[in-house]
Amino acid sequence: MPSFLPNKTVNLGLDLQGGSYLMFEVESQVVYKARLETVADDLVRELRGQRRPGELGTAKTPILFAGRGLTPDGQVARVTIQNAADVQEAIKRIQTLASPVIGLTGPTGRNDLDVKAAPGNVIEIRLTEEAKVAMTRRAVSQSIEVIRRRIDETGTKEPAITRQGVDRIVVQAPGESDPEKLKRLVGQTARLTFQMVDETVPPAEAAAGRIPPGSVLLEQPGQPGEPFVLVRRRALVTGDNLTKADPGFDQQSGEPAVTFQFDGTGARAFARASTENVGKRFAIVLDDKVLSAPSIREPILGGNGQITGSFTIESANELATLLRAGALPAPLKVMEQRTVGPELGRDSINAGATAGVIAMLLIVAFMILAYGLVFGGIAILALTVNLILILAAMTMVGATLTLPGIAGLILTIGAAVDANVLIYERMREEELAGRSTALAIDAGFKRAIVTVMDANVTALLTALILFYFGAGPVRGFAWTLSIGVVTSLFTAILMTQVLVAAWYRQTKPKRLPI
Amino acid sequence: MKWPFIKIIPKNTKFGFVRFSIPAAIVSVVLCIASLVSCFTLGLNFGIDFKGGTVVEAVWDKPINLAQVRERVGNMNLRDVGVQDFQEPNQAMIRFLPPEGADASATVDSVKAELRAIMPGVKFPRVEVVGPKVSEELGTNGALALGIAIILVVLYIWTRFELQMGFGSIVALAHDIILTLGFMSITQLDFSLTTIAALLTIIGYSMNDTVVVFDRMRENMRKYKKMSFGDIIDLSTNETLSRTIITALTTFLALLGLTVVGGETMQVFTVIMLFGVFIGTYSSIYVAAPVLILWPPKRGAEKAAARTEADARP
Repeated sequence: MPSFLPNKTVNLGLDLQGGSYLMFEVESQVVYKARLETVADDLVRELRGQRRPGELGTAKTPILFAGRGLTPDGQVARVTIQNAADVQEAIKRIQTLASPVIGLTGPTGRNDLDVKAAPGNVIEIRLTEEAKVAMTRRAVSQSIEVIRRRIDETGTKEPAITRQGVDRIVVQAPGESDPEKLKRLVGQTARLTFQMVDETVPPAEAAAGRIPPGSVLLEQPGQPGEPFVLVRRRALVTGDNLTKADPGFDQQSGEPAVTFQFDGTGARAFARASTENVGKRFAIVLDDKVLSAPSIREPILGGNGQITGSFTIESANELATLLRAGALPAPLKVMEQRTVGPELGRDSINAGATAGVIAMLLIVAFMILAYGLVFGGIAILALTVNLILILAAMTMVGATLTLPGIAGLILTIGAAVDANVLIYERMREEELAGRSTALAIDAGFKRAIVTVMDANVTALLTALILFYFGAGPVRGFAWTLSIGVVTSLFTAILMTQVLVAAWYRQTKPKRLPI
Repeated sequence: MKWPFIKIIPKNTKFGFVRFSIPAAIVSVVLCIASLVSCFTLGLNFGIDFKGGTVVEAVWDKPINLAQVRERVGNMNLRDVGVQDFQEPNQAMIRFLPPEGADASATVDSVKAELRAIMPGVKFPRVEVVGPKVSEELGTNGALALGIAIILVVLYIWTRFELQMGFGSIVALAHDIILTLGFMSITQLDFSLTTIAALLTIIGYSMNDTVVVFDRMRENMRKYKKMSFGDIIDLSTNETLSRTIITALTTFLALLGLTVVGGETMQVFTVIMLFGVFIGTYSSIYVAAPVLILWPPKRGAEKAAARTEADARP
């Protein structure tokens, strides 16, 4: 086919070609919480009056405080000031931790922290609405980028990743696809950290609930001998500092593993930590689960390493992909998942096509029987052109054909002849009222068109509402219905009029054949 | 018999439709009440689109023991488990809600694993998970769509025709929707997103029919200034009767194909549509028009737009 000819085809919905539709919600609460946690940590320095790194000038007077932390929902950071007289100064110092909010069009002129005094010498720190909006928007954009990198790496066929609403992301992968794998690939936060194991408390006591401050008890799946590991909260290095990650094999055990390389910063940090902690254990943690907790036998200076921990070849491969693409800024929650196997999709197309052919044949037969070859034929011709126009219009605007869309198309076949019927019936009436054939034809069109218009506007209104509110397949139905209403106006009125007029000039009939 | 058959349908029918409007009104009111009662007692069979939850269609390469599936999946600590046979003996449809607080999507994966364990060689042609937040939104949007559709259509009819006709059409629409919901409640057909699409299409179809009759009434009101309103209704309904019948027939024929071969998903849609075509045709004649007898439009004050059209007539 020459390339200048349009070669697009109608987009098929997932229900017709098979594939997966996944809708995620970005849990922005986690991002908000992380920001407030940082603030709660940093305010210690401000209240104590310590200088920031690189800051000049004399240290300020320390302010005494206690009860620092986040509310259980993680939405408010609080600190109690010991002397009521210090509260105003404390607020002023905490406010210096705020940073300006950058909106879509530039700085909004607002800061991200709202610092207020509450009863009982308590200072409450919240994020401003502007800050939340901006943080959510950034988290969603970053997530989309990370998801795209991850999916691209696996070579999945043309996935569509789109933002929906404020904090949602829709991933659509057509064709033969494994939704479980897609979900693992997209939905995993993949936050990798290297943390020291806290060996100050025996594991049994830690499991019983004796957890020192600054440490946390994490699960270690796949290791029945040590189901939980107590680790320091502070991360030595994170996955952000990785430059390479590849699946491989552990040279001693021969088990699947992931080999990695740190960037400069990561390598330096890890070299220092491993030099200081020879003989101790560190934990490799992925999304708050310990993958493995090896001992440091000697300082690790080269910035290379490998992660082991009950991998299969496939899961090592997946982890390497995730690490290369980077971590999501916040966890994603699956809100909606729809998967259709490609075979079911094909069956649906076939069923739809058969139903369409049956409907078309029935209507052709009916119209020819009812209105004869000429008038019936004209109606059929108008209908056929109408169908072609609908498909062409759908291709042009990139609309998606879905299973309910096919139903809409078939319904249009039934309803589109209505315009012809209205016109023909009016002609019959006018002739019966004693008008000549020519006048009857003319009056039939003039009067019927008003009716056809009024009748179709109501149909169009409902179709447009359906389009606006409908989701997925239903939207496909609305597409075909609204396009069908517009094209049927064109074919029924214009085409029918031209054809009937041509027929009249040719045959000059004494009476209408209907 | 003479071909084309259209000649069989006589043009100058004189059925007294209005004569039966009181019994028809009684029938309509009784049916509407029955529908509402059914909706509130039997309820509607909401699918996962509006209730939230999970549907998994499983196909094995050999026939499957459904009782075993029921038992194994039933023991998985899920809520509201339902296992149905589905088309063939080697297929099953499993519906459930994930345990409170659990991730719905992860639960699907464990159910799939369990089904694989019951008998290997299983495929999942369709999996749908709708979270509670999404189903709530879908429900709100569906109700909004119906509400806005009705308001817009009625506003349009009011501007194009008369206030009274707008009122007549809103009564007819309410009648159609209530009866269709009653039908869905009695048959316990799956109420899904597609159902909303069907309901909106029924609104469109019913209004199409109503508009054609109203349009003729408007014309006849001008033409026969002395005729009683009841007679105007009868005359207009008779004049448009052949068109009403033929369009109902063609729509019916188009839907017939879908009902026979359209597959499970489409069957519900077409059954509702068929019901709606019937109800919509009935309501144009016996609900929208008789309401105008109770509250007739002012004579001689027809809309200006309509008058110019009349002038165009020879």
